[in-house]
Formats: sequence, C-alpha cells, structure tokens
Amino acid sequence: MQLKNQNQTYGWISIVLHWTVAIVVLGTFALGFWMVDLDYYSTWYQDAPNIHKSVGVLLIIAMLARFLWNQINTKPSPLAESALQNSVAVNVHFILYLLVFSIGVSGYLISTAESQPIGVFNWFEVPAWFTPFEDQADIAGDVHEWLGYGLMGLVALHALAALKHHFFNKDNTLKRMLKPISKKRN
Amino acid sequence: MTKINTLFLSAALLSVSSAAMSAPVSYAIDTPGMHASINFKVNHLGYSWLTGRFNSFSGDYQYDPDNLSNSKINVIIDTKSVNTNHAERDKHLRSDDFLNVKKHPESSFVSTSITGTDADMQIKGNFTLNGVTKPIVIKGSKVGEGKDPWGGYRSGFMGTTEFKLADYKISKDLGPASGTVYLELHIEGTKK
Repeated sequence: MQLKNQNQTYGWISIVLHWTVAIVVLGTFALGFWMVDLDYYSTWYQDAPNIHKSVGVLLIIAMLARFLWNQINTKPSPLAESALQNSVAVNVHFILYLLVFSIGVSGYLISTAESQPIGVFNWFEVPAWFTPFEDQADIAGDVHEWLGYGLMGLVALHALAALKHHFFNKDNTLKRMLKPISKKRN
Repeated sequence: MTKINTLFLSAALLSVSSAAMSAPVSYAIDTPGMHASINFKVNHLGYSWLTGRFNSFSGDYQYDPDNLSNSKINVIIDTKSVNTNHAERDKHLRSDDFLNVKKHPESSFVSTSITGTDADMQIKGNFTLNGVTKPIVIKGSKVGEGKDPWGGYRSGFMGTTEFKLADYKISKDLGPASGTVYLELHIEGTKK
C-alpha cells in the first residue's frame, strides 16, 4: 500500500486526511449554521454546540497533522498547463489552510472569552490560555462567522476547479486524490 | 428692646430658612469604588435561578432625608457589560435575541417621583431597555448614611423591581417560567 506521496500522485495518508478534513469541515460548518438558530427547548441546544466545538478542536489537530505531513513529504506537482493556474491552485490551498486555522482560533476565542476551557467530548479540555481582550467574544464571533462563509466560498472554488480538471482537462487532478495512481514507466 | 427683637427675629428667620433649606443632597453613585451593583435573576426552566449583573453603569441621585419627594435618581447602564459568568451565554445576551447592544448600547432609569418612607420607598420612573421606555416602580429602602473613614460622606440604598422581557420587545422564548426578570439593586453614593 502506498502511504507516502510521490512526484505524480498522493499517498493514502494524504488522501485519507484530505477527505476526512473535507467531510468534517462541511459538517462542522453545517452544524454551526444550523445550531445558532436552535430554539432554547430543542434537545440539541446543548449537544450541537458541544459537538461543534469538540469536532472543531479535533479538526485543527488533524489540520496540524496534515500540515506537518506535507512538510516532510513529497508534494505532487500540479497538473495545470499554465504557471498562472498552478500558482492560483497553490495559493488557494494555502488560503484554505489559513482559513481553517483562523476559524479554529476565532472559535476558540469565543468560548474562552471569560477564561472558561473548551471541553472536547468529555475527553480532554483546551484551557483558556490568553487574557481576554475587550469585546473578545463578539469580535471573534463575527470573524468566525464571516471566515466560515469565506471558507465555504473557497471550498466551492476548489471543488469546481477539481471538477474542471476532471471533466474538461481530463487529467488526474481529482483521480489522484481518490486513490494513489500507480506509477507508469516512462 | 429693638436689639433683642432683632436677635429673636433673625434667630427665628434662621431656623425657618434652615428648615426650608433642608435642600436635597447630591450624590454620585460610587461606581469608581464599585460600592454599587445592578443584579438580575431569571428563572431557569422552573428549576433554579440564573443570576447576572451589569458590570458597568453610572449615575447620580439627590436624597433629602427630610422630604423624600425632593429626591431623585438617574442611572445609565452599559448594556454591553452584561455578565453571567459564561462567555457564550453573555455573547448571546448581547445579541439581537436579547439586549441588542450594538443598536441599544445604553439602558437607563430616570425617576419621576419618590414617595414613602426611608424604610419603604416607591421609586417610580422610566426604565429604558432595548430601545423601549416604560414606567416601572422600584421598591426601595435606605440602608444607612454618614461619614466614611476617608473624609467623605455616603448614603446607601437597596431596591428591587421586576419586568417582563416581552414588555421590552425581547421575544426570545426561554420558557414559561422565565419571562420575568427580577432586579436587585444596591446603590451607594458619595456626596458631591
């Protein structure tokens, strides 16, 4: 089984991390979007935010693992024809990471604004490390919300670009993220 | 004779004028030293009380110990300072589901009449919250008055009142037991 990336394709570790993060990001966004309008007497009123925060913390840990894995691993070369498109793709990937981390930090700052820790599924707690600043929860809340929408926009662009590569350019961009493509001898 | 008369008359005048001049004393609410608090409680699910307070407010009052009706008070509350010791709930309380602090950063109480006795005051006035102004009555009482150890002069009062959230256009439904907010007020003032 091919775990590591190669010059032309992703290995299983990158593939599994990518799709896990993809599903969790979409799910966490949807949960957050839904939970903020819950009725006080909804049975989900407490569980939904707890799940959102717990999954969010784990997502950031997964993203850190991904980031580290990328650093010590080969990066498959981009497949677009033009240097401009390749540079756009690289930048979009970079901003996707940046947004996920920023959303994680802003979410953390909402819940820890009065120095209370964030519980992760009754498993462990993330303490409030920083001395709160003025209006922390409100500012962090607005940032969290708008970066969330921004991330969804960029995710849509990222997905459309992958589909365009698949259906119009008919290259391996999407396929090599579904499973490792066995190396063809030149 | 004339001299004695004059003396008598001026003494009488002095006593009359000192009675008429029992002017109300002006106080600033001691928010710098925070010997005052605006606390509230709301029932939770019918099972217990959730308490909170406004950390930031200011105001002043006039108190006339001889004639309560000469007294008055006004208080301005910074609605953003609502505090129930829970970041996410406080954020929710500041949102437009409750206090809408972006649109209505201030709440206020301005008395219109104060009647009764030191032990049992009725402080009527207009209470503004969430942009809505309605008359309410605070049941108050004097706690004490006198010199403080640091060269100043103080008086202190406490009061309670209640209002319905719906009366102030706060329509978020917290359940049948939680529609009313109970306020407990402690006010200490330093003489101006």
